Amino acid sequence: MEQIATNHISTTSMKTLFGILIVYALLATSAVAQPAVQKAIQKQLILSDDGATIQLDEGRFTFSGSLSLEDKKNIVIRGRGMDKTILSFKGQTDGAEGLRVSNGQNIVIEDLTIQDTKGDCIKTMNVNGITFRNVKVEWTGKPGPTNGSYGLYPVQCQNVLIERCTAIGASDAGIYVGQSKNIVVRQCEAHHNVAGIEIENSLMADVYENNAHDNTGGILVFDLPDLVQKRGGNVRVYKNTVQNNNFDNFAPKGNIVARVAAGTGMLILATNQVEIFENQIINNKSIGTGIISYYMTENPIADKAYYPYPTRISIHDNLYRRERGYPTRKGRMGMMFRFKLKFGKDVPDILWDGITDTSYAQPATMDICLRNNTGATFANMDVANNFRTISRDLSKHNCELKPLADAKLSLGR
Amino acid sequence: MKGLLLSIGAFLLSVAFTIRQDYPAVAAPESLSAWGFFTGNIADQQPAAGVVPYRLNTPLFSDYAEKLRFVRLPAGQSVPYTPDDVLAFPVGTVLIKTFYFPTDFRQPDKGRRLLETRLLVHEAAGWKALEYVWNAEQTDAILEVAGEQTNVAYTDASGKNHRQLYVMPNLNQCKGCHNRNETLMPIGPSARQLNGNLTYADGEANQLTYWQQHGLLTNLPALASVPKTPVWNDPATGSLDARARAWLDINCAHCHRPDGPASTSGLNLRHTETNPTAWGVQKTPVAAGRGSGGRQFDIVPGKPDESILVYRMESTDPGVMMPEVARKVTHREGVALVREWIRAMHP
Repeated sequence: MEQIATNHISTTSMKTLFGILIVYALLATSAVAQPAVQKAIQKQLILSDDGATIQLDEGRFTFSGSLSLEDKKNIVIRGRGMDKTILSFKGQTDGAEGLRVSNGQNIVIEDLTIQDTKGDCIKTMNVNGITFRNVKVEWTGKPGPTNGSYGLYPVQCQNVLIERCTAIGASDAGIYVGQSKNIVVRQCEAHHNVAGIEIENSLMADVYENNAHDNTGGILVFDLPDLVQKRGGNVRVYKNTVQNNNFDNFAPKGNIVARVAAGTGMLILATNQVEIFENQIINNKSIGTGIISYYMTENPIADKAYYPYPTRISIHDNLYRRERGYPTRKGRMGMMFRFKLKFGKDVPDILWDGITDTSYAQPATMDICLRNNTGATFANMDVANNFRTISRDLSKHNCELKPLADAKLSLGR
Repeated sequence: MKGLLLSIGAFLLSVAFTIRQDYPAVAAPESLSAWGFFTGNIADQQPAAGVVPYRLNTPLFSDYAEKLRFVRLPAGQSVPYTPDDVLAFPVGTVLIKTFYFPTDFRQPDKGRRLLETRLLVHEAAGWKALEYVWNAEQTDAILEVAGEQTNVAYTDASGKNHRQLYVMPNLNQCKGCHNRNETLMPIGPSARQLNGNLTYADGEANQLTYWQQHGLLTNLPALASVPKTPVWNDPATGSLDARARAWLDINCAHCHRPDGPASTSGLNLRHTETNPTAWGVQKTPVAAGRGSGGRQFDIVPGKPDESILVYRMESTDPGVMMPEVARKVTHREGVALVREWIRAMHP
């Protein structure tokens, strides 16, 4: 027996409540082809006044289609707790996401779990002020390429707070912030995703005190071409635990993350101004931390406004530890390790592709600063010269960059 | 003093609240018939005075449903001609679109089933979408906020029988497509899409000319200088490239445009886009996930089977298919057109 939700609405006026009662009455008389719960919750999402709290009951509810919230301000969608209010989209037939929020202001989603959507679990777009708190997004069962892409997916948003959330099983990124500005991701756990946490083409982001483990790649900071928000930057990644990210890549081919090597702790791709500090980066078998240009993807670049090199990168005061052993043998990176880099079991923690912009004023060695990292070893792979002079000399990068500013959120309520 | 301020504040708040709550005074009628768009038996969809039927050269595919389109401008008002984009209809305009399936596409006289009538109403505050779902008796359609779904059965033009699920949108889903910079907007009725003939009660005429003659359209230049969207499946109306771009424009570009909801992908399928990378050639996907189907690029010239665009058009898996909503079956003829177009591209 499917449990029927008795959804309580704490709205600000009796009239609204009355309106919703009318809706329920209509609902009772019309032919209900969709599951009643889905229709009832969707109606709340449509009819709620700005400022309303939509309270979802404890229990497990099944949905066949996406839910959506549009054009609202100051809305809270609240469950009775992670793993207590479970919205399951297993067998979804309609729409790609679980929940989609667009064109909103100060939206809070908290204390609930969303499972097994066909596409992304929660996508929010054009929202200024979006909070995900104590939310779990997951694909149950063995991770595989038929899982949806993103767990939490704010895109083209401002003032994004993601805290105490859990993401499991995404075939792209568990927690993904794209083309956004002013971002905090903290105290989250991401595991068994292709990418645990990814910040892409985004500005002013703080990623801290998270635990990314058993993904293919733990934390990624990417800048990609051909997008609306062209350039990300000022990303700080600190005090995270990034451990055992050795899970085989299960992303569908064609996606950029399908190229991430199993065993990647952190990866900076073509992003400017990234500061990585005070993290524990442990037992990621291939790349503890990688710093690479877009050329490493071997994709063509047609976007003239795109800058493919990572610049102003500072990696300091981290702890690196890695058990002796081989890196991944799979994919292009696996081939590179076997036939070009030949590190054997002695794989360096920090890898830089050594591809530099010859017209860039600052010498690259003073622009990629690696200092005071406990236990860290390093290699410049010299990819530009077909791996000719692979250098493990860390001293050339003994420099310091000005600390980046912290991300400031404006979440008015 | 403090108490006074508080009570004034509370009073202002309650005034503001009352105004806001009373705003839906012009609430939408519960039934389609109450709008008075049609005369006689409403299921016959005979337009009342002031309601004008129209068609588009290349329409959006909607699971093989047929559509009846009408426009009602406010009395005495007109819309000025503009060469690009959707016409700027005045406040008070209603666009009316009824979706139906003929019992047998080969024999229209065998009857039809009306499923839904969608309205776009231009109010002072902007466009508003309303969804009316037809009852089983076909005597009226009822306002439905949260959408509906039903099974439909029909015989297609080649005599094949089909049974499929048909989904009607909830109000939020309307804006999933009718979204320009987060503002609800019509998609279809631009001058170039209307530049074609329609048979009216008083004979066949070019729609723009007819609109002008009946005072609906002003500033219409000589017809020869008005752009014309080709008919996607009529090679006499345009080149393969022009027809494929027209099909992609109406089916995809409401989202895949710089000011649309799929701008996040960087893929722009407007017919006006001139940068091949932007419309998909050798473009890598951004957030396609398993929508990539293991393929590397949106369009690989000469190779439809390696192009993500084709993969997503062919799929009916909600996590893969495009468009994301409002489609349950594949548009086989549309796919064939886009395949032919990609195959003809030179690498």
